[in-house]
Amino acid sequence: MTTKRRKFSSGTRHNLFAYGLLFPSFIFLTMFTFYPTLKSIQLSFYSGPMTRLQFSGLDQYKEVLADEIFRKVILNNIIFMIGTVPTSLFLAMYLAIWLNKKMAGSSLLRTSFFYPTIIPLIAVANIWLFIYTPQYGLLDNFLHLFGAGDTNWLGNPNTVMIVMIVMIIWKDAGFYMIFYLAGLQNLPRDVYEAAEIEGAKPLQMFRHITFPLLMPTTLFVMIVAITNSFKNVDHLYIMTKGGPDNASNLLLYHIYEAAFTNWDLGKAAVLTVILIVIMLGITAFNYLYLDRKIHY
Amino acid sequence: MKKLNYGIIIVLGIISFIPLLWVIITSFSPGNQVINGGFPFWVSNPTVENYVKAWETAPFIQYYINTFVIVFGVLIVQLFTITLAAFAFARVNFKGKNVLFILFLLQLMIQPEILLFPNYQVISQLGLVNTKLAVMMPYWASAFGVFLLRQTFKQVPYDLDEASRIDGCKWYQTLWHVYIPSAKPTYIAFALVSVSHHWSNFMWPLIITDSVESRPLTVGLALFAQSYETGAQWGMVAAGTVMVIMPLVVAFFIFQKQFVSSFMHSGIK
Repeated sequence: MTTKRRKFSSGTRHNLFAYGLLFPSFIFLTMFTFYPTLKSIQLSFYSGPMTRLQFSGLDQYKEVLADEIFRKVILNNIIFMIGTVPTSLFLAMYLAIWLNKKMAGSSLLRTSFFYPTIIPLIAVANIWLFIYTPQYGLLDNFLHLFGAGDTNWLGNPNTVMIVMIVMIIWKDAGFYMIFYLAGLQNLPRDVYEAAEIEGAKPLQMFRHITFPLLMPTTLFVMIVAITNSFKNVDHLYIMTKGGPDNASNLLLYHIYEAAFTNWDLGKAAVLTVILIVIMLGITAFNYLYLDRKIHY
Repeated sequence: MKKLNYGIIIVLGIISFIPLLWVIITSFSPGNQVINGGFPFWVSNPTVENYVKAWETAPFIQYYINTFVIVFGVLIVQLFTITLAAFAFARVNFKGKNVLFILFLLQLMIQPEILLFPNYQVISQLGLVNTKLAVMMPYWASAFGVFLLRQTFKQVPYDLDEASRIDGCKWYQTLWHVYIPSAKPTYIAFALVSVSHHWSNFMWPLIITDSVESRPLTVGLALFAQSYETGAQWGMVAAGTVMVIMPLVVAFFIFQKQFVSSFMHSGIK
């Protein structure tokens, strides 16, 4: 028996019907995605205050690209990405593999790793600000046990990035873990059974079966994690304001400063365009390169 | 080998739990205890004084109301817009479908979060700066929601759709009686992700609001925390922090399975 697939014919009436359905979404996409994106591109070629804008070509791009703070911020963001993404992915996969097995307390442990996901980043920053406070903070209190002195973790340009990275790994690893748990549920049992009969060791099974089969999950989570490393900057507002001396500043927070502290609109527009290009680049990399290499 | 790994995981699990435990304990500690030292996970004379003071110092009730209005104001409009758009993409053939789909895709890459600066200008041109409406509007279209729901709608059997039409249902009746009920798990997943996301949102409301009447909890908490950064006031800041995260944490512990599966669901392409 064949089921006749009935779809709407693509006559004008159905076109209008579909456009009508899309219209509500489309208004807001236009107002808050398309228009602002184009507006940023346009503004990036103009300088001066809002009321007396003057065309300045690529001047502002040159200025921004030559700016030492900008270079530092981009470098910071790359360090932040390299510091957070691989470690939290590794941790997420490690936790998922061991917590996937049924054992007493595994659901309790999963909870303990996942709950930071639902806590707002700004509240996380408050909590970790206390943890990192010199002398009275939890970390220094703990290190006192080993005879260590007081450390100004957030006030020292050499340590500030590291402690931020640790905090973000704590917040995000559990979130990525659940994607791995989902991925593990879908792995074929028979392959493992076959490998076991062949006498494969656990580590070999991981290397040759689990890890490759989890690759789609890893790539998906990697894209999410990279995007997050450019998108989530709330903690800077509470913890460091990007300091000391821009040592912890990130691109989106730098845009916030340019636009709303220094009111340098041209610069904010240029920085926004750069961030948009980075975001599009990440997605393009994902769809054009990774998707072709990996077969789902 | 096995024991070692479980050992490591248990230690990590305890470490992961410490920040929440510690902030709760600190919120019940008297002001001087933090400075005087002592074991940080024990309060010899717990007090609710910090909560009382925090509650009196900052208008948390108003902030709670604002956050509720914002979070549900975002969700309700989103549910409306994504349902219609997902239905169009899943079940109608029309000219320009692929182009429009790609345009929707763009919002997944260029999310409102990174358009802080130009979106401020849009809101300011609309004359809506410092309103709750301004906090909500950029999120009223959700490409993420549309994709999630489109996948679900596509799985609804055509036969059901057809049957309802033969019974004389108009398209909106079919949508209401066939599609929406069968997508219930997707709606719940989307709602949980949306609510927890907007409850946590900070940078956008920070720049777009400037009064007690429109400010959400996150921004209120940040301003409150900034005025009391010295150690002596930790208890108060901790109390404020606990008040902000508690509704989410309690909801999470009660509906844990639902939360986890919703967030998991949200990641499936």
